[in-house]
Formats: sequence, structure tokens, C-alpha cells
Amino acid sequence: MSGEPLVRWDWLFAHLGPIADRMGQHLYLAGIAVGLGFAISFALAALSIRRRRIYPLVTLLATAAYTIPSFALFAALVPVTGLTVLTAEIPLILYTFVLFVPNIVAGFDRVPWDVLDAADGMGFTRGQRWWRVELPLAVPLVVAGLRLASVSTIGLVTVSAILGDSLGGLGYYILDGYHRHFATEILVGGLLSIGLAVVADLGFVLLQRFLTPWASRRTEKARWT
Amino acid sequence: MTAPAAGRARAASLEFRGVTKRYGDAAGAPAGPSGIGARGAVNDLSFEVPAGAICVLVGPSGCGKTTSLKMVNRLIEPTAGEILLDGANVMGEDVTALRRRIGYVIQQVGLFPHLTVGRNVAVIPALVGWDEARQRARADELLSLVGLDPAHYRGRYPAQLSGGERQRVGVARALAADPPLMLMDEPFAAVDPIVRERLQDEFLRLQRELAKTILFVTHDIDEAIKMGDLIAVMEEGGRLAQFGPPDQILAHPASDFVARFVGADRGLKRLSLVTIGDLKLEPPPDPLGMPAFRPETKLRDALSVLLVAAARGGIALDEAGRPRGFVTVDAIASALADDYPGRRQAGAAGGDARTTTGADS
Amino acid sequence: MDLIAATGGWLADPAHWQGPNGVPIRLFEHVGLSGVSLVLSALVALPLGLWIGHTGRFSWWIVGSANAWRALPSFAVIGLLVPFTTVLDANLGFTLYPTLIAMVVLAGPPILVNAYQGVAGVDRDLVEAARAMGMRERQILAGVEIPIALPVLATGLRSAAVQVIATATLGATFGFGGLGRLIVLGDANQDNGELFGGVVLVAALALATLGLFTLLERRLTSPGLSGRTAG
Repeated sequence: MSGEPLVRWDWLFAHLGPIADRMGQHLYLAGIAVGLGFAISFALAALSIRRRRIYPLVTLLATAAYTIPSFALFAALVPVTGLTVLTAEIPLILYTFVLFVPNIVAGFDRVPWDVLDAADGMGFTRGQRWWRVELPLAVPLVVAGLRLASVSTIGLVTVSAILGDSLGGLGYYILDGYHRHFATEILVGGLLSIGLAVVADLGFVLLQRFLTPWASRRTEKARWT
Repeated sequence: MTAPAAGRARAASLEFRGVTKRYGDAAGAPAGPSGIGARGAVNDLSFEVPAGAICVLVGPSGCGKTTSLKMVNRLIEPTAGEILLDGANVMGEDVTALRRRIGYVIQQVGLFPHLTVGRNVAVIPALVGWDEARQRARADELLSLVGLDPAHYRGRYPAQLSGGERQRVGVARALAADPPLMLMDEPFAAVDPIVRERLQDEFLRLQRELAKTILFVTHDIDEAIKMGDLIAVMEEGGRLAQFGPPDQILAHPASDFVARFVGADRGLKRLSLVTIGDLKLEPPPDPLGMPAFRPETKLRDALSVLLVAAARGGIALDEAGRPRGFVTVDAIASALADDYPGRRQAGAAGGDARTTTGADS
Repeated sequence: MDLIAATGGWLADPAHWQGPNGVPIRLFEHVGLSGVSLVLSALVALPLGLWIGHTGRFSWWIVGSANAWRALPSFAVIGLLVPFTTVLDANLGFTLYPTLIAMVVLAGPPILVNAYQGVAGVDRDLVEAARAMGMRERQILAGVEIPIALPVLATGLRSAAVQVIATATLGATFGFGGLGRLIVLGDANQDNGELFGGVVLVAALALATLGLFTLLERRLTSPGLSGRTAG
């Protein structure tokens, strides 16, 4: 990086297309992981609520999986599943469990018991109670989990660049830029991945506000009772 | 008694026959001999509530009153005995259909936080498939009925309401499907005394209009006396200690427990059940300087005024405000006699039975 | 499976446990630099977080940005530092500095945010009672707030430690040493035994760190507080 300006704008503008493609790939990889991760986690959470005893085990395994550095996990899968999307997706999905499951479980646990009692007493069937009362009230925490998982996954997609040029999303530019001593490329990859994560975070904050109108209103107390 | 308005569901009669609830499973060790005596257990509870009356279950905590209430809508299932709603065993009906026919109000209210007040009130109608317009009309009607302006409240969320307002919404919600029976579990306990009194008064007013059958649970004997046409005093172990109209329980407690539970001041409590308007009085003397009482004033409060003012007596007024009679401490005390006419009688909606001689003259 | 045999073989070979590329050196690099980064980060983040939690100043900034910090992808952070650190030193700035600085930077938010949340989460009534009894601000912080905040603090430290270990591992892609280097070299030399040996060691180190800090957390939680959940 000596003797060169920090940012080569000409390179940037010449590569807008590929950059957009990489961004698309980035979102694609993240989307699959978050989507599948959520589905599996929801099932795990439902199971954990049904049978409380397995919940500590589930949390332990999820935490252990999350602790293992992504780099190691990606590398470990290469001899097994090759340099494919699957190799990238398996660790990404595993990493979402520890973020989703506790939030989903807590979401349902935190539904106030008097609300459930009233619902039962008024004649809701179990199914109606779950769909019309528990689920809507669990939404805030579930969305919080989605937010955490999306942001984390977008970050981890960058690491999949070590699996080769065909993967990595925007992380490709970070690694490639590093090896070529090309600052512009690193900046493009790095700043855009951070930007993507921040935008996703904000997006979910807005989604949460939209889905829970009863929480965001300021509580105005009436003057008399 | 005023007949229910045309188009309203009739109130239902309620009967408990030998209802028992034991805790502790058959295989494992029950709590205490046969599980009876365990906290919340119920032992051979029997009583009848005629349609349109308010029956209050009252007793110390752990006496099984809430358990008994919850057996009516089968949130808890009885171990033995029957509960009959309009003569039909509640166990014979589909539980969901049963619950939708019974209004249920609990202490914490349990309003759905994610629904507006309007939608909360219309929960059951929505569940059984009424169309939007009808739901909204009903919700507005009920909100007005409980003293909340629909335009102001229907779009609000429970978090924005005070405790008293939430309780009113809870009552409105329970009334939405016009149930023949209402179950209320300490509904006014979570608010402060001033709000509680107002809610009680308004509820009694509502009941005069709607004449529903109500099973009401409380641990507060004063609330029981105020609200109930019939009172079931329960003691620890889930046994029925006494059943009857409030005045009977106060005048003739069936056991030491009941006597202690209603309190040593039960004589005074009885005076709360009679008003100035019910008293037979001597003609009034010159009213100069004496306290005056309107006909709806309770005898207990009148007595209190006389004692504090250290007056010879007071003047009873009639509805128009004209002096009608001379109120003395003796005259008040005479109202405690067993055969005194005009006190709250058993059976039909108590409010109407109260007013006989005196008030209409 | 061949992989297990190859890995076992590699790990069992004493040659791999000596010399400049031996496991002990790599482990030392990894743990040592992680520890240093953690301490450096904590030296700044911890007092800052405690102070913000106690006084409440700038808390709006933390509450608003807390989740944004979690959004930082470590891979991007290391990479982004490279153009700048190479200006300092062409050699070390290309291998050591970016990862090291990234480790310090990324460890900060968990420590800071948790320190803030731990102290701010202490029941205000308790603090007021302490103040009413005549305790000075510093005494309140040290005697009341920090002991109660310890569990949350410890969780933050644990989070930061795991993060640092992972960042150090990732740094191997950017020329850093440590156990991650074994994975990189194993891949370059097509030596599955070395690669997987590295993976196993990294995983073991990460899990051991998790375990250690979890134990620390348990020890630091006063028995009077157990069973109390934050939030």
C-alpha cells in the first residue's frame, strides 16, 4: 500500500456490477442461514418448552457450537463437504441456535400467566390461545432474536471467504485485497459488510416497532379512574 | 323484581351438590388424610344460588373459595360431586362451549396487552364469529355501560389504562357475550380503597340493570356483605361454615369461626344493611340544630354521626327532603330485632326486596 | 476414518510439540496475546462502563449503540486495519498489528456494555438507601453496585474472552500466528492431520476458555443473588 492513494475510485466504479453481485451473494448466504436456523431453532424451542429438561442441554450445545471459532469450523468441514455452499451454511446455521432458542423460549415464557388464565377461562381452545395470544405476545423477543442472528450471520458470512473465491460474499474483497495489498478492495469489502450489518439491525428495530404497537405508545395515565 | 330486558339471555341458576376437590394423587401421598385439609381443597360443598342473585364465597386464604369458583368453568375439575348450571351438570357440556357461556373476571384482569381495549372487550364475540360491525357496536355498548367513553377508550391499549379502568374493561369483556353466569375472583382487590368502593357501587348498579347470576370470591367480609345477596362462608379445609343472606350470617353466626370471621362488630355491620328510609319513626320534633339524614343513608353512618355530634337524635328526611321522623340511637338499635320488617331478605335480587315500608311513604 | 487417524497421528507426534511452529509456541502466542488484549481492553472499558452506569451520563449513547457494536464483523475489522497498520510498520503491520488491535477493539463493547448494564441494573432503591446511610459515591460503587453487578460483569468478560480467542484464530488468515496458523499451514501443505490438529486444539482452547469464565462467573455471584435474573 505504499505510494498509492488510499482509495482508487476508478477501480470502484469499474467494478460496481461485481460488487453488487457479491452483495447479493452475501445476502443470499445470510438469508439461507437465518431462515433455516430460525426454523430449526423454533422447533428446538418448542421442544424445550414442552420438555423443560432438555432445555439446559440444548442451550449448552448451542453455546458450545457458538464458542468454536468460525474459522475452525469452516476449515473442519472442508474435507467432508468440500468448498461448497453447504460447507458455508452448516456453521452459519449452527451459530444461530444460541441466539434464537433462548429468545424464543423466553418470549413464550414471558407471556403473563394472568393473560393465559383469562384466555382459558373465557373459552379459548389450546390452539386459539397459542395463535391469538401467546404468539403475538412472544413476538418482541422472537424478533430480538432475529435481529441478533441476522447481524451476527452477516458478519460471519465474510469469514466464508476462506473457502474460496466462489464464496464469502463481500468478504471476498477483504481477503483478496489483503493478499494483493490493495487497500481499496479491503475498504469496499469491509465497509460494505459493516454497513449491511448495521442496516439489517436498523431494519429489525423498525420491524419490531411495527409489530408491537402496544409497546411503543407512551403510557398516558388518565386523570381519574 | 325487574324482569331481565327483552332479548337478554336469562340468568341461570347455579347449584353445588357435594362438590369435593382433593389434591395429592391416588398413587402418591396426599396432603393430609384423604387430601382433605390440604390447601385449596374443597370438602362436600353444597348450596344453591337462584337466577339473578349475587352469591359471595368468602373465607380466609386457603379455604378453597377460588378452587370452588374455578370448578364451575372447569379450569379445575372436581374430584366428586356435581355443579349444575340451570339444572345441567357442567361436566356434561363441551368445556370450550361452557366457558364461552360464562363470564370470567380475575383479580389481575388478564387483559390482552396486544389488543386494544375495544378488541379486548370483543374477544369472545370475535371468537364465536360475529361480524366486525356487530363486535364494535357491542364493545361500545359495554364500555359505556361500565362508565368508559367508547370514543376515548376503544383505541387505547391496556398499558395506557389505570388499575380501575382496567378492571372496568375486564368486566365489560366478561359481559360481551351476555352470559347467564359470571364468575368473579377478587376482581376489585388490586385497586386502592377509594377506587374499589366506586367500582363496587357501579357494579351493583349494573347488576340491578342486568340481573345476572354472579358467583363472587373475596377474602374481605365487608365486601361480601356489601355485594352479596347470599353469602357462603368457607373455612380452612374447604368446608362450608354457613350459607345465607348477609343479615342472617351477621345476626346468627353458625359457629365460633363464623362469629370471629365476621368480626366482633357484626352488630354495627348489620346496621350497614339498613337505611334511614327503612326505619319506622316517631314524628320529628323541631329540627333546629339536629343532623338531618336522607333516606338512602345507612344506619351505621347515621349512628356514627349521632355519636360524634353527641346529639339527642336526628331528623329523617323523605325523598323530597321534608322532615319525616325522629331518629334516635334507640330507634336505630331497634332495627336489629329479628322480626323487624324491611331488612334484606334472601332469594331474589336483594336490592329490590330491601325497600318496603318507610321509603315509599 | 482417515481424518481421525491422521489427526491423532499428527497430535501424537512429538516433533509437532517442539520448535518455532510447535504447538506450545503457537498456544503461547494465542493465549498470551489474547490475555494481553483482554487486559488492555478491560483497563479502558471496565472503568468507563462502571462510571457511566453509576453516574448515568452518556448512557443514552450506550443504550443506543450497544447493539450496533455487536454488528461489527471481526473479519472486516481486521482487514480494514491493514492499510493503516502497514503505514506504521510494513512487516508487523501486515501480520501482527491488525489482529492485535482488532482483538483489543472487539473485546471492548461486551465489557463496557455489560459493566454499564450491571451497574445500572442495580435497584435504585438500594443505591438510595446506601446514600442515605452516608456512604460516599466511591463506596457505593465499590461496596454495593459492583458486588451486585458482578454476574453481569463476568458474563461480559466471558463474552469478550471468547470473542478475543476467536479473533486471534481468524487472524491467522491475515498473517497472525497462534493456533489458527496450524489450520492455515495445514491447508497450504495439504496436511489434513495438521489442519485438523489445529481445529481440535482451537476448539479445545475456546471451550476451555468458556468453561473457565463460566466457573469464574459462578464463583463471583454472591449466593444471595443466585436465582435472580437480569432484565
